[in-house]
Amino acid sequence: MIKFQEIKKSFLVSLWFMFLTFPIMVIRVNPIEKIVEWRWKNMIIVGIGSFLLSFVWRYMLKKKEAGEKQAETDESGKTFLIHRILEERRFYIPLVTGLTIIAVAFPFIFSMYQTSIMTTALMYIVLGLGLNIVVGLAGLLDLGYVAFYAVGAYSYALLNHHFGLGFWSALPIGAVLGFIFGILLGFPVLRLRGDYLAIVTLGFGEIIRLVLENWNEFSFGPSGIANIDRPGFFGIQFSLQAATIYLYFLMIGLVIFTIVVVNRLQNSRIGRAWIALREDETACQAMGIDKTRTKLRAFALGATWAGMVGVIFVAKTTFINPASFTFLESAMILSIVVLGGMGSISGVIIGALILILLPEYLRAFSDYRMLIFGAIMVIMMVFRPQGIISNIRRTYKFNE
Amino acid sequence: MNRIMNTILEVKNLTMDFGGLRALDHLDLNVVEGEITAIIGPNGAGKTTFFNCITGIYNPNEGEILSSPPGKKRKKINGLKPNHVTKKGIARTFQNIRLFSNMTVLENVMIGRHCRTSSGILGAILRGRSTIKEEKDVVDFSYNILKKTGISHLVNEFAKNLPYGAQRRLEIARAMATEPFLLLLDEPAAGMNPRETRELDELITRLRDEDNISILMIEHDMKLVMSLSDRIFVVDYGRKIAQGTPCDIINNPIVIKAYLGEDFDA
Repeated sequence: MIKFQEIKKSFLVSLWFMFLTFPIMVIRVNPIEKIVEWRWKNMIIVGIGSFLLSFVWRYMLKKKEAGEKQAETDESGKTFLIHRILEERRFYIPLVTGLTIIAVAFPFIFSMYQTSIMTTALMYIVLGLGLNIVVGLAGLLDLGYVAFYAVGAYSYALLNHHFGLGFWSALPIGAVLGFIFGILLGFPVLRLRGDYLAIVTLGFGEIIRLVLENWNEFSFGPSGIANIDRPGFFGIQFSLQAATIYLYFLMIGLVIFTIVVVNRLQNSRIGRAWIALREDETACQAMGIDKTRTKLRAFALGATWAGMVGVIFVAKTTFINPASFTFLESAMILSIVVLGGMGSISGVIIGALILILLPEYLRAFSDYRMLIFGAIMVIMMVFRPQGIISNIRRTYKFNE
Repeated sequence: MNRIMNTILEVKNLTMDFGGLRALDHLDLNVVEGEITAIIGPNGAGKTTFFNCITGIYNPNEGEILSSPPGKKRKKINGLKPNHVTKKGIARTFQNIRLFSNMTVLENVMIGRHCRTSSGILGAILRGRSTIKEEKDVVDFSYNILKKTGISHLVNEFAKNLPYGAQRRLEIARAMATEPFLLLLDEPAAGMNPRETRELDELITRLRDEDNISILMIEHDMKLVMSLSDRIFVVDYGRKIAQGTPCDIINNPIVIKAYLGEDFDA
C-alpha cells in the first residue's frame, strides 16, 4: 500500500524538480523572433517523471537497507556473485579465456577509433591501480596524483625533443623519475593525514602544472611540445593504424603486468603494512611498523605507475602541454578508485572502464551526456558506497 | 621457585607534562623478569600516560627508561619511536581496542610479525623462494599464537566481527607475535564478564609460565589484580603512592584513602 505520507513526499519532490529545471526546461529565448517561448509541456513531463521516479528511488533505498540488515543477521553465507566467480576455478578459467579472446580480437574487429578509446581506458586502469596503492591500500588521500603523471609525460617529451631518446628507453626512466618524485613529494606530507594530506597533495599537483605552464625555457610553456616519436619496434616504422594497434597491445601488456604486481604487493608483508596503516596509525606503529617508510613506499610505488603511463600517454598523443594535467584529471582517477571499490583490483578495472568508456558511448545523447554521467555517479555512491566490487581479504586454510 | 631476580625494565624519575598539567611526577618503577606486575590507581592517575611514555608514543620531559632484555645489555629507550621500542621487545595492547578492523584475525597477528621479518618491495613482486618461505613461516607462527590464545577457530573472520572478549584476546595475540620479553597490557579485562575474566587470568598466567614473558598491566578489576600479580604499584596524581605484594597493598591505609577518599575509617 502506498501511504498518503509517501504521496505527499513525492509531490514535494516533483515540485522541487519543476522549480529546479524551470529555467532550462521551460524558458527558451528565441533571439531571431525576439520572443520568449514558454514550454509548459516540458514542466509537466518533469513533474510527472520525478513524481514517479521518487517512488522508485525510495523503494530501492528500502531494499538496500533491508539487504544490509540481512547481511548482518546471516554473516556466514551470502558472498557476492562476482566474488564467487573470482574465487572458484571453474568460473575463473573460462572468464579469463573469454576476456583474453576479446582483448586480442578487439582491435581487429572494431575501428581504429574504438581501439584508441580502449587504449585510453586501459591507461586509466593502470593509473587507477597505481592510485589504488596510495588511496585504497595505504589510505592516504592523494589529490595531486596527476603530478606524477605529468612528470612521466614530460620526461619522455623532453628527452625525445632534446636528445631523440626512444620510447623504450624513456619508459623505465619515466618510472624511476615517478618513483623519485613520489619520495620527494612524500617527505613533506608524512606527518599529515586525512583532509590535511588531501589539501597539500592538491597543492603539489597544481604547483607542478603551474611550473610546466610558466617555465618556458624548460617546458615550452602552454604551447607544449609536438612531434614526439611514437613507440618503435626494433626500428620498424608503423602506419598510423598499426601504431594504434601496437599501442593497444602494449597497454594490454602493461595492464597485466600491473595487475600481477599490485596483486602480489597486496598480499605481501608490505601490502599488509599499508592496510594496517590505513586502519589505525597508532596501533600500526605500536606493532613495530615503520610509519615513515611504509608511507613513502606507498607514495613512491603509486607514482611509479603514473610515471610509466605518462610516458605512454605522450607516445599515444605525440603532443603534450600542461592542459592535460589539471586537477580534473586527478579527480577522475580518484573517482575510478572510489567508484570501483577501494583496494579492489577488479573493482578499479571495472570503474575505469565505466568512467572512461561511458562518456564516449553516451555521445549519442550529446546534450545530456554529462548529466547522465553525473547522475550515474550519484546513484552509484548512494546505493553502493563501498564501490562496485568491495575488497576481499585473502583467507587461509589450516589442517588441524 | 628458584628464580634470579633480574630487573628487565627500570623507570627512574619519569616526568611528563602536558602544558601546565603534570601527568607523571617523578615516577620510579621496575619490573622483574618472570613476574606479573600490576599498576593500579584511580581514573586519570596517569597510568596510560605511563604506558605511552614507555612505548614511545610520548617523549617524557624528564627521567630515564632502561630496558634490559634477558641476556642482553641494558639500554635507554626513552625518545625512541614506537616501532623501535616494539622491535626491542616491549609490546603492548590498548585500553580502547585498536585492532585493524577490516583485516582478518590472522592478518592482524601477521602484522605483529612485520618487525621480525624483512622482505621488501622487490621480494614481494618477484616472490622468490626466500619470500615464499618467510611468508609461510609468518602464517604458521601467527596461527600457532592464535591457537595459544584460544581464538584459532576465528582465523578468517574480520576483526570487527569478533565478540568483545575475542577482540581483547586478539590484541594480546597480535602483541605476542612481535616476540616480546615484556608485555604491557592496558586494562585487559575491561568490559569482560566474570567467565571471560577467569579465562583471561588463565591466559596471562600461561603466557608468563610457558612463554617466559614478563607482564606489566594496568587493571581495575581488583579480583584479577590480586590473584594474578606478584607485585603492585599504586599510582595517584602521577605519583607512586605505594608498592608491594598484593597482601601489602590491600592493607595499606594510603591506598585505601586514595581509592575511597579522606573520611574513610579503615
